Amino acid sequence: MTSHAHDSHDAGHGHGEHGHNPFLAHHFDDPEQQFDSGKLGIWLFLVTEVLFFSGMFCAYALYRSLHPEVFTFASQYLNETLGAFNTGVLLFSSLSMAWGVRCAQLRQRTGLVICLAITLGCAAMFLGVKAIEYTHKWDLGLLPAGEYISQFLQPAHHAGISPWLYYLSAVPALCVLGFAAWYVVAVTTGQKRTAEVAGPLLVTALCYFLGVFVGIAFQNAEAASKAAEHGVAEHGVAEHGVAEHASVAHDEGHDHAGDERDDVMLVSHSDVPVVPGAPELAAVDQAGGAGVFFSIYYCMTGVHAVHILGGMAVLAWLLVRATKDHFNEEYFGPVDYVGLYWHLVDLIWIYLFPLLYLIK
Amino acid sequence: MSEHKAHGGKHHGFAHPASVKSLLLVFFSLIFLTWLTVFQSTLELGSAELVVSLFIATIKATLVILFFMHMLHDKPLNAIVFLSSFIFVALFLGFVLMDAHGYKDSYEFKNVDSAPKIVKTTE
Repeated sequence: MTSHAHDSHDAGHGHGEHGHNPFLAHHFDDPEQQFDSGKLGIWLFLVTEVLFFSGMFCAYALYRSLHPEVFTFASQYLNETLGAFNTGVLLFSSLSMAWGVRCAQLRQRTGLVICLAITLGCAAMFLGVKAIEYTHKWDLGLLPAGEYISQFLQPAHHAGISPWLYYLSAVPALCVLGFAAWYVVAVTTGQKRTAEVAGPLLVTALCYFLGVFVGIAFQNAEAASKAAEHGVAEHGVAEHGVAEHASVAHDEGHDHAGDERDDVMLVSHSDVPVVPGAPELAAVDQAGGAGVFFSIYYCMTGVHAVHILGGMAVLAWLLVRATKDHFNEEYFGPVDYVGLYWHLVDLIWIYLFPLLYLIK
Repeated sequence: MSEHKAHGGKHHGFAHPASVKSLLLVFFSLIFLTWLTVFQSTLELGSAELVVSLFIATIKATLVILFFMHMLHDKPLNAIVFLSSFIFVALFLGFVLMDAHGYKDSYEFKNVDSAPKIVKTTE
């Protein structure tokens, strides 16, 4: 195993005392010192991440303390089941990442490749579910403040697959094709190591679509149970009161919804239960109210999703290095550092999930 | 660091591999706590809801930090560095929220997208 690392790497540094570790940089005394320095560095980076996210948590805390009723109102549009499912997926990816660090420390090359593949797959599945959540909200007009469409003014259209989903899925679809071709070429030409990289990457791209299908299944189940609950096919929009209006306005088409605002207001006015002492629902259900909640929601979950994408990029890099058998009990720093970053991304989601999805 | 360590297989130098048992135990605890936080959201806890859900989230975060991030076996300096960030987060949020209600008026609803009609109907 190690002989392979020797042969394929002409690492110029650190060959004197520690010939078995080609990755020891010359300015470090020994692998442990190198590891400790890197570790302190990654912890410092995580500090900047925590502080960076705290800005968004601050916006959240400020707005929630001033307008708790907006959060109660807007949170009903977030799909709790999908949020909980995604929490489980991320926790599992954290488990496989931590297990991967263990594999690296024990020189279990195959184990590490498998753990990294599972972590990557979970990350892609998380994004697939997120794509369903996002596109469904875009269809309903649950957008950031400037674009937010009042839910009681305009009936939500649509069940079925959002056109946005096709755009979002274009990149993963290309990845599936590309990685599949790469994998087939690697296997047919007998490049075992390349196949070990292309295979997990193909599975990762496919996991995105697995997440999409899981998301669609949960969403349909939820819409069906809601429809059954209300006895109206209301496509899982807001819960109360608007059912009768929605069915009327639905026939007229969305573009004309604005003409009927007076009717809507009357309906929502009388039928919708409002938090006592809180502003009218019409005030909450508008760009300056719920729209700001969705600005915060997209900002926090979006930046989190960007971190997932970044994590996937470095995980892919680790995967390549793992197949080259670079890691051992003296040199597992990169796996450990990426692991720490990955767990931090998980940590942030641990807070985001109850704070955004579970408000009652 | 010494030669025999690297090849022994039993000793892992400065590496402290976590046991599979502890990793699985932490994972299932985290899943249980996720279930618990979803369950508590169905209860009518009123204003305590936020506190309870944040408390559960903090237990989960602690488990992740201590075991998945190996802080339990890490150097104290790393723990101090990382945990000190939360002091600054607390200062940040604390000071912002302290006088938030002093400028509450500027955060009143703007009715940005509404036709004047709506304002009339509601007020």
